[in-house]
Amino acid sequence: MAARIHGGAATALSTFNPKKLVAPSRTNLPAARSSKRCIVAGGGSDASKKSLSVRHSQKLIANAAVATKAETSATTGTGHELLLFEALQEGLEEEMDRDPHVCVMGEDVGHYGGSYKVTKGLADKFGDLRVLDTPICENAFTGMGIGAAMTGLRPVIEGMNMGFLLLAFNQISNNCGMLHYTSGGQFTIPVVIRGPGGVGRQLGAEHSQRLESYFQSIPGIQMVACSTPYNAKGLMKAAIRSENPVILFEHVLLYNLKEKIPDEEYICNLEEAEMVRPGEHITILTYSRMRYHVMQAAKTLVNKGYDPEVIDIRSLKPFDLYTIGNSVKKTHRVLIVEECMRTGGIGASLTAAINENFHDYLDAPVMCLSSQDVPTPYAGTLEEWTVVQPAQIVTAVEQLCQ
Amino acid sequence: MALSRLSSRSTTLLQPLATTSLLRRRHISTDTTPITVETSLPFTSHLISPPSRAVETSSQELLSFFRDMALMRRMEIAADSLYKAKLIRGFCHLYDGQEAVAIGMEAAITKRDAIITSYRDHCTFLGRGGGLFEAFSELMGRTTGCSKGKGGSMHFYKKDASFYGGHGIVGAQAPLGCGLAFAQKYSKEEAVTFTLYGDGAANQGQLFEALNIAALWDLPAVLVCENNHYGMGTAEWRSAKSPAYFKRGDYVPGLKVDGMDALAVKQACKFAKEHALKNGPIILEMDTYRYHGHSMSDPGSTYRTRDEISGVRQVRDPIDRVRKLIIAHDIATEKELKDMEKEVRKEVDAAVAQAKESPIPEPSELFSNIYVKGFGAESFGADRKELRATLP
Repeated sequence: MAARIHGGAATALSTFNPKKLVAPSRTNLPAARSSKRCIVAGGGSDASKKSLSVRHSQKLIANAAVATKAETSATTGTGHELLLFEALQEGLEEEMDRDPHVCVMGEDVGHYGGSYKVTKGLADKFGDLRVLDTPICENAFTGMGIGAAMTGLRPVIEGMNMGFLLLAFNQISNNCGMLHYTSGGQFTIPVVIRGPGGVGRQLGAEHSQRLESYFQSIPGIQMVACSTPYNAKGLMKAAIRSENPVILFEHVLLYNLKEKIPDEEYICNLEEAEMVRPGEHITILTYSRMRYHVMQAAKTLVNKGYDPEVIDIRSLKPFDLYTIGNSVKKTHRVLIVEECMRTGGIGASLTAAINENFHDYLDAPVMCLSSQDVPTPYAGTLEEWTVVQPAQIVTAVEQLCQ
Repeated sequence: MALSRLSSRSTTLLQPLATTSLLRRRHISTDTTPITVETSLPFTSHLISPPSRAVETSSQELLSFFRDMALMRRMEIAADSLYKAKLIRGFCHLYDGQEAVAIGMEAAITKRDAIITSYRDHCTFLGRGGGLFEAFSELMGRTTGCSKGKGGSMHFYKKDASFYGGHGIVGAQAPLGCGLAFAQKYSKEEAVTFTLYGDGAANQGQLFEALNIAALWDLPAVLVCENNHYGMGTAEWRSAKSPAYFKRGDYVPGLKVDGMDALAVKQACKFAKEHALKNGPIILEMDTYRYHGHSMSDPGSTYRTRDEISGVRQVRDPIDRVRKLIIAHDIATEKELKDMEKEVRKEVDAAVAQAKESPIPEPSELFSNIYVKGFGAESFGADRKELRATLP
């Protein structure tokens, strides 16, 4: 069991049966809606309160990147449907309208409209001084954003791909994370650093990086990962309003997710996890794109008679140990499914945190399914095998629940 | 008798500073009538016409230059002894020899203009209005320090005086400085940012990245290269193919200034501020020298000769230059200046003594100011019992 989970590509290949594998290609997924009930926590106008009270219940589409209809039974208004990148844009635009200190800087965010269209139309509306097209110098423009933040501006720094932010690591670690501390509290750095990351569709090793693991040790920053249009907009707004530096991780393959979101203004809590599907047998912790793989696996698991509780942890730093803990105390079994690398990834930290805090409540060791510790290959089949697939999740749950 | 009566009358005319019984009229230290002085060397320029060598100053300004530079020099020497007494730990980079850059710059700008520099920041902090007591407390890691003892020698900041520090990583302050200039342009503040870096940092890529953006967006940024000719142990001719740092901006105009002449620095900074507000970035190269090694761990004599150091000290020392000017223009006498230095020394010693008595930070301070608005996350030490705190 351990070998399969922790093993390298060779072991993984030997247990795969490609024919049985549910292919992640978008065109194969059924267009039917899932009937999962999703409780979204912390929405609405007083989102700063950390309440887990149920505000809306929405039917959430569990399949990734397929445009399907969603209906909402939200109590207020009818809501409007949009794609995830449009939700990010809406959040950004609302915050820029609200506060003149918010500005955006990044490569091709202005006239081009953003490489993933998140900043489309903003340059026309707000002008070149607020939506800044930078030259290709991540180190410098991240540093510039941080310097501007020291004076009170609130820049939103976009990395065209999260992997490029490695060039700005010094600025993010030393200046962004630590300046508030080393200045004795004199300077605050209210920046938002955002960008798409994760394994895409055959983008190659350098453009398929998951940087959550590298940034997670930096003291002084917060990290969040969005996964649905609802939480994308909410987290974007919350991140911009936060006084702490926040890194918002988006995923390349999730930009075209469609969902209906409320018309009225809402913010998601930055430090809260989202209960996707409550259950009794096992807690599955996940974030970003793997949420959809988990939900797909959950369908199979439900048919097999299991009742998994799925939590989208959303907040990667700090972990919402309150929600996670309550879940562990209920189910006593934990499976972590993530796209991050095995070594030193978010799952590794989460495993350590759960073991430290909730050891007495566990009936089985915490299992962590992560991507293989390999550079992401170009070939499509190999790329599939580097990330966790729903079939593996099903098998892992079955093993844990024995 | 008559002489003593005369002298007692003359003492009411003279400032308390004067203890001599000279009867002839002389400039008093609050005199602001302009005196014009020529800088020691002409300015060399790149893509721009240099400012005039004639600098306007006054007795008051020259005396304040002297006093402030003497204060800075004394502070650095006191820091040297404190380091050797192991009261200051870690890295301690001293600025003695380079005081003219900090002083001249302050004379040309206001507190609304921002300054950001590297780790050799003690004197720049003082120039921005920082106190000796805060400086020494910070160096010794006490709570009364300017960064509450949590920053150390390389992290002095003073937000209300627009002093943005204090950065340990070589060259990382260059993009930050351009960000400050960007914010000034964004908020239409009519102020400039002086981003200081050394000849070692002049080879960093991020400097050129920041320069490109500053020039592209017309940011009010003045980049000042404090060229003390050694990047720790490597002389500039061994690390830079082109040590003409003021020319390295290529499309950005530059000016080379004698950094040991406070008046030349003042003239150049005034000129640069006017330029930056209208035309975008400009580079100033300050030709200066540090007497100490790179830091207290570096003796400073393995890569240069002691003759070189003492030669510069005799010929180009900034404090001596101002001293000679003051005496030549009859603003004060040699003895008065010596008394001023003694006073400064007492002031520094008092601040050191007071800082030595200051409290060290509480253990709870370990966890404060990590986040601005926290969320109750818990953080604890290895044994999970003693050092345990909820991040506020």
